Amino acid sequence: MELEKYFRENKLPHIWCPGCGHGTVMSSIIRGIDKAGWDPNKVVVVSGIGCSSRAPGYMDFNTLHTVHGRAIAFATGIKLANPELKVIVLTGDGDGAAIGGNHLIHACRRNIGIKVVLFNNYIYGMTSGQYSPMTPEGSLATTSPYGNIEPPFDLCELTKSANANFVARGTVYHTRPLISYMEKAFAKDGFSYVEAISQCPTYYGRRNRLKSPVEMLEWQKKNSVDIKKAADMEPEELQGKIVTGIFADREKEEYTARYDRLISEIQGGKK
Amino acid sequence: MPKKGEVSIIEKRCKGCNICATYCPKKILGLREDGKMEVKDPDNCIACDLCELRCPDYAIKVEVKENNE
Repeated sequence: MELEKYFRENKLPHIWCPGCGHGTVMSSIIRGIDKAGWDPNKVVVVSGIGCSSRAPGYMDFNTLHTVHGRAIAFATGIKLANPELKVIVLTGDGDGAAIGGNHLIHACRRNIGIKVVLFNNYIYGMTSGQYSPMTPEGSLATTSPYGNIEPPFDLCELTKSANANFVARGTVYHTRPLISYMEKAFAKDGFSYVEAISQCPTYYGRRNRLKSPVEMLEWQKKNSVDIKKAADMEPEELQGKIVTGIFADREKEEYTARYDRLISEIQGGKK
Repeated sequence: MPKKGEVSIIEKRCKGCNICATYCPKKILGLREDGKMEVKDPDNCIACDLCELRCPDYAIKVEVKENNE
């Protein structure tokens, strides 16, 4: 597939570190957009703050780099103002799960037609390695020099419970399935959430005995468990594993469609 | 006939992370001394695309050769 037409070529090479998984997540998103066959002029890519949020700068669509944690709030406004637009939010584990966690659950609850891709590299990379709500227990970070004592969120279970129409988790190592989750997420009318497990060799890997990008990919490979297999495993066996696959795939009515229907009912004197 | 591919590297973008070379099933790629990737054995590419799909820097392209020309 020809990716080049979707890049802002003059902005490349990008600023991400050598071996950072974010580049692979971004190309997987672009492959998903290409498959969806959308008019690039109708695509809006919105991000917050963090390494992941640099991605829209390299993508030749309508792009918006907003404030920390609030990308979904901006995206909600865009989608409501013009429901025809295809709105994608790119966020990270810090941006989306910590400061932006509240926006995430309410966008799920409304089932508004926004596609959220969360780049989960388990760390605040841009600010040099503080632990995030997704950092595994025991991991070392600048703010957990003796090991993280907080349990991480399982955002796929959370978004599923909060009513998202489509929820999936994939890894950079398993690139083809990750691309297929993007394709499926983008084909949905309602809210879609895709969590992409990415690698931060600079601020997560080096502190946690994963000395190279390849070692981090091997870690993803070794620790991933397909959701179907995970269903037969005990919680203790799943400790520290990455459960991958499709968590939710449903067809509930999308929010802006419901909103427009209400308006036409009121205008038609039905209410 | 098995598929054949032609690999090219965009040197300006390559950061030498070695992901493509590690996962190439035919081991046709390798790092040069200057830290950039190089196609060492171009005739053995089977156009599996694994390098291009995983490259975080969009620095590697695979084109399928038609009719094994």
